Amino acid sequence: MDVLERIDQQVKGHPVVIYMKGTPQFPQCGFSMRAAQALTESGVPFAHVNVLQDPEIFEHLPRYADWPTFPQIYVDGELIGGCDITLELHASGELKTMLEAAVAKAAEAG
Amino acid sequence: MSRQARIRSQLTAQMQPEHLEVLDESHQHAVPPGAESHFKLVIVSDAFTGQTLIKRHRTVNELLRTEFEQGLHAAAIHAFTPAEWQEKGAQAPASPKCRGGSKAKLGAAA
Repeated sequence: MDVLERIDQQVKGHPVVIYMKGTPQFPQCGFSMRAAQALTESGVPFAHVNVLQDPEIFEHLPRYADWPTFPQIYVDGELIGGCDITLELHASGELKTMLEAAVAKAAEAG
Repeated sequence: MSRQARIRSQLTAQMQPEHLEVLDESHQHAVPPGAESHFKLVIVSDAFTGQTLIKRHRTVNELLRTEFEQGLHAAAIHAFTPAEWQEKGAQAPASPKCRGGSKAKLGAAA
């Protein structure tokens, strides 16, 4: 399968997914760590892809949504941004609302 | 001209910022001295008024496109309108610690 199709399936197959360096348990980048922490603190389950373990995704993810850096956080199939935006949304309380809505929508769609 | 100077002049010309910080934070990361790879940008501009966070970041990423293609690895972006900047007490959040990801592989962050 083409790498962009593979990314598309991951993004659309999970209500919330973070592409990060390392894992939420063992992050290998401070920006990835903070973004994953914000997702964890929101209390909503989320999927993760470790880009350091997948060279193809590491190379091609930046052109999937035309975003040059990691981490990238997708909610309900759309890029919400990287670490800075995720932390701002978390601080304002919007993040939890967005994540819960995405999870509820996915559950309804079954 | 250093990357720091190029970024500063590009953002000054295109965003007409009321306040601009272009901080080279590369020394906090696992890169050689003088790498100019990791930056923190604080941009306060009227141009952001009425724009979502992702739109603001996309605008800034686009202005930095050439730099990303030529070795810029991470840009923490804090983009505010003048009113938001006042509300935040004229302070942007600190950047996170490294954790080694950029040493594992070059290519991206934030």
